Amino acid sequence: MALLETRKLTAFYGDFQALYGIDTLLDAGETIAIIGANGAGKSTFLKAIAGLIQGPADSVLLDGRPIGSRAAADIVKLGVALVPEGRRLFPSLTVEENLLIGGYGRKMPGPWSLDRVYSLFPVLKERRSSATPTLSGGQQQMAAIGRALMSNPRILLCDEISLGLAPIIIAGIYGALPQIKAEGTSVVVVEQDIVQAMKVADRVYCFQEGRLSLSGRPQELTREQIHRAYFGS
Amino acid sequence: MTGWLDALIQGVLLGGLYALFAAGLSLMFGVMRLVNLAHGDLIVLAAFAILLLAGKLGLDPFVAALVAIPILFVVGLALQHVLLNRTLGRDLLPPLLVTFGLSIIIQNGLLQIFSADSQRLRSGAIETASIALGGGIAVGVVPLLTLLSTIAVILFLNLVFYRTPIGRAFRATSDDLEVSQLMGIDHRRIFAMAMGLAFVVITIAALYLGMRANFDPTIGPARLLYAFEAVIIGGLGSFWGTLAGGIVLGLAQTIGARIDPEWQILSGHLAFLVVLVLRPRGLFPRALD
Repeated sequence: MALLETRKLTAFYGDFQALYGIDTLLDAGETIAIIGANGAGKSTFLKAIAGLIQGPADSVLLDGRPIGSRAAADIVKLGVALVPEGRRLFPSLTVEENLLIGGYGRKMPGPWSLDRVYSLFPVLKERRSSATPTLSGGQQQMAAIGRALMSNPRILLCDEISLGLAPIIIAGIYGALPQIKAEGTSVVVVEQDIVQAMKVADRVYCFQEGRLSLSGRPQELTREQIHRAYFGS
Repeated sequence: MTGWLDALIQGVLLGGLYALFAAGLSLMFGVMRLVNLAHGDLIVLAAFAILLLAGKLGLDPFVAALVAIPILFVVGLALQHVLLNRTLGRDLLPPLLVTFGLSIIIQNGLLQIFSADSQRLRSGAIETASIALGGGIAVGVVPLLTLLSTIAVILFLNLVFYRTPIGRAFRATSDDLEVSQLMGIDHRRIFAMAMGLAFVVITIAALYLGMRANFDPTIGPARLLYAFEAVIIGGLGSFWGTLAGGIVLGLAQTIGARIDPEWQILSGHLAFLVVLVLRPRGLFPRALD
């Protein structure tokens, strides 16, 4: 049984349909990447899994249990944490308070603690008392990932974690993913940077205008297939 | 000269009462962006609750307030859970309309039960006790207790907000409601807790309102106005700013009254307008709002 599965997942913003019948699978210990152009529905897909957009219960299954209709505050307690697009740290909380609030709802014992996050991203320890708006983009992204890890999630959903960052910073942040996986966390990465996504993913799903246009293992997909699935014919 | 010094001291003490009126309002707005038009009436309602407990149980108002605090905490929780949570969302109008309606219901309910007669919380000799500072200046014990209680309330609120997990949850929810849910925070429960806490502050404000002046079911809206002015003068989201706002308002009123007794209320409103013109975000706005 897959750890996480979406079945005919749809999502709406009012009358606007953003996702059309998305089927995906995530096995335990696996990393999958969702790629696609702007507006393809990648972030909406993560929001639907994280409970920020609710739909039919059986459209999202965790360990085979339907969770598609549950609220975000419940989903995180089940072990699914989202690193939102744009980091969205809490500006009135310090770096350390942002990390601590990450473990507010799910107080599960696990590998991730304040010390463990600081060892993953040492710069956060140096900036622990700083207000988050004073951090660089890369440091903010590290804090956002650390905040999500503090709930000791079984599944980490990462939404465009490379957005707006310099290549050297992106490399540092993606360099942390193997350590996160090594602790037993499965990862879903939404990424516009195809090369980066291909490097980290065990399986890739490409979205186009809210529909699944391609899926497969990175080594099995050709450049042309991806180009066609990404941009259309 | 003594007269002016006396006006300044009395102004600071009066400001303590206004800051106490405002602290609950500041808390509600700070956590859930709720503009509670029934705030003044809730203070009056709490004053009547203390009056009722003091009368029925034969308690001193201070003891009656201690008894009332847990009861009104639960009332606040329930009010938020049952009614106000349903009104909060992207549209600002529903909470304004509902709390306006609540204000009318409370006023008329109190009139029906307690009549329009003025009431007062009687506490014996302490009501008229004062401490002589020399030079013909004296401070009343109750006004001094009011100011000290206000400082204690603000210290307590700061402690809760900046040193506890629930305080972090209050601030996170206020910063970003959507992302706070991703932390496992049930914002409806957090809002209810914040309202319960606000009702504790309201009860303390009601105690001093009832001990320092007569009250009747219709005086709530004026207390709301002073509370709003203190919050806005101090800057939204800052409890110490709210204390400063209350003191500015109190000082303006007593200095105005010193010039001409008819100017007392007007001077407070003028000070409010001057601060709005010169510092539209208030004197001490929360830096990262």
